[in-house]
Amino acid sequence: MIEVRGLTCGYGEKTVLHDINLSVGKGEFFGIIGPNGSGKTTMLRAMTRLIRPAKGTVLLGGIDMKSLHTADVARKIAVVSQSMPLIEMTVREFVLLGRIPYYRKLQFFEKDEDTAIAERVMEMTGIRHLAGAFMSEMSAGEVQLAFIARGLAQEPQVLLLDEPTSHLDITHQAAILDLVKRLNRQEGLTVVIILHDLNLASEYCDRLVLMDGGRIRKVGTPAEVLEYETIEAVYRTVVVVRQNPLSQKPFVMIVSGEVREKCTKGS
Amino acid sequence: MKRRSMGVLLPAACLFLAAAAVTAIASGSAGIPLLRVITTILEGQATPEFGILMDIRLPRIILGFAVGGALSIAGVILQGMFRNPLVEPYTLGISGGAALGAALCIILKLHYVLPVTALPLSGFLGSCLVILPLYFLNMRRTVLRMQGILLTGVMMSFISSSLVFLIFAISKTQELHSIVFWIMGSLEEPSWTLILVLTAIVVACLFASFFFAPVLNALSLGEEEAVHLGIDTERAKKQLFLMASLLTGISVSLTGIIGFVGLIVPHFVRMLTGYDHRRLLVVSFLVGSGFLIFCDTIARTVISPIELPVGVITGILGGSVFIYVLARRQGLARPGGSL
Repeated sequence: MIEVRGLTCGYGEKTVLHDINLSVGKGEFFGIIGPNGSGKTTMLRAMTRLIRPAKGTVLLGGIDMKSLHTADVARKIAVVSQSMPLIEMTVREFVLLGRIPYYRKLQFFEKDEDTAIAERVMEMTGIRHLAGAFMSEMSAGEVQLAFIARGLAQEPQVLLLDEPTSHLDITHQAAILDLVKRLNRQEGLTVVIILHDLNLASEYCDRLVLMDGGRIRKVGTPAEVLEYETIEAVYRTVVVVRQNPLSQKPFVMIVSGEVREKCTKGS
Repeated sequence: MKRRSMGVLLPAACLFLAAAAVTAIASGSAGIPLLRVITTILEGQATPEFGILMDIRLPRIILGFAVGGALSIAGVILQGMFRNPLVEPYTLGISGGAALGAALCIILKLHYVLPVTALPLSGFLGSCLVILPLYFLNMRRTVLRMQGILLTGVMMSFISSSLVFLIFAISKTQELHSIVFWIMGSLEEPSWTLILVLTAIVVACLFASFFFAPVLNALSLGEEEAVHLGIDTERAKKQLFLMASLLTGISVSLTGIIGFVGLIVPHFVRMLTGYDHRRLLVVSFLVGSGFLIFCDTIARTVISPIELPVGVITGILGGSVFIYVLARRQGLARPGGSL
């Protein structure tokens, strides 16, 4: 679905990503992990054309994204970010903004179809009862659901999410990721998601890419990527990796400095 | 303040504009009562009263309609694209440039050479003098930098007002008086042609701006989000900036600096319509037109026959009404303001 070939890009003089090659298949649940500043968000931005590649290409469904119209891209890729609107608007109005890529040249108002889609995606994300509420009155978890609903209103083939679970408690973390997983499995939506929490990434993603200093360190299934040697080297932290007894997925545990000292003394 | 539906707002705004226009045509130092106004216009004979209505009051009303509307939608556009509620058409220094142009015109006595067009023309050239560097200095490759525009604009505003003060310092009393009166703003404009040209441009811009309503809605989420929604933000920003500049430039060059309309009207209307620019643009235009016509009526009647500068009235009236509304809203303590 998305193929990154020899991509080098950055901001102005500063190159952030170096020679990235990556391929995300149709219907895949693909996670991007890595330390702060390793280029995760830049990668996502390159996939939405916010940053133009200095070298290399990004292909969407086999077509070079450079040759696509901005509105065409928006009909295929929806981005779930975290920038709250500064201006007061209701959840319904916010979700309806997701229909903008489908506006025709001389169309000023939503068609019935657009309203119907907005209602449906609010139903899917479980926020229909909040449709008339203002965005500023909602909890962090509900806001995140509204962002996903707006993304779905774009009727995309790919959903890109930038840390949708940060600042959320585990109830909402699981709720959001379960929802995204359901969309992925039932609707065939390709998902590319940046996650800070390695264990959430391990639990939900089919495949992971581990970024380090603007380069790809490793790509593969969670079991292949989340090995303790790799994690320790990339994150410069001592960890223990075990298996989740129910899902058999790797589970990464941090070893604190205090415990580390005790262990070295003991041995 | 509760949001109202368009079915209520649009007739209400039209009614406000109509009421302002009727009040304006029926009041003035000649003291023609309303009934007499209607019969005079219907009879259409060249009586002195007919002359007063058609050649003195009507042009002012039409000019007020065009300029009030122009400044309001320029304010809506700029506040929308900068995502900053404190930006108004004059923040960018366009008015300062126009004032400088007009001041130069007066001390160089150009208005003796071209009595009708010299002042508006030099005002317009002055505003172009600000807009063009503002635009080109902030183009980086193909990207228009918004924060850069805002800062450069404020600085241009300072520079041009300093230059105007310099002109003050070296000009004679009578010239000083004309410059000050021009700067303070007035809807008096002898040329019907200029009024009609301005009105035509403004109405055309209102229709054009409506095409940008979805773009402005998307931009209210931020530039990156707008790109994600498939908006070509770079093209849109340039077009919107030039449209707002044109509206401000032609208004200022014809009427001088009429402050506050472009700041307060969009704010006030947004409280009623919500963020949606499809409603905001139309309602702001109508309310802005009505507001300016109303202020002008006050300006020429409150201590008639002396006419006050209309900019003074818009400032005092607009500012006080706005503070009152804001205080009441905070008193109600509803969570989440409109901006």
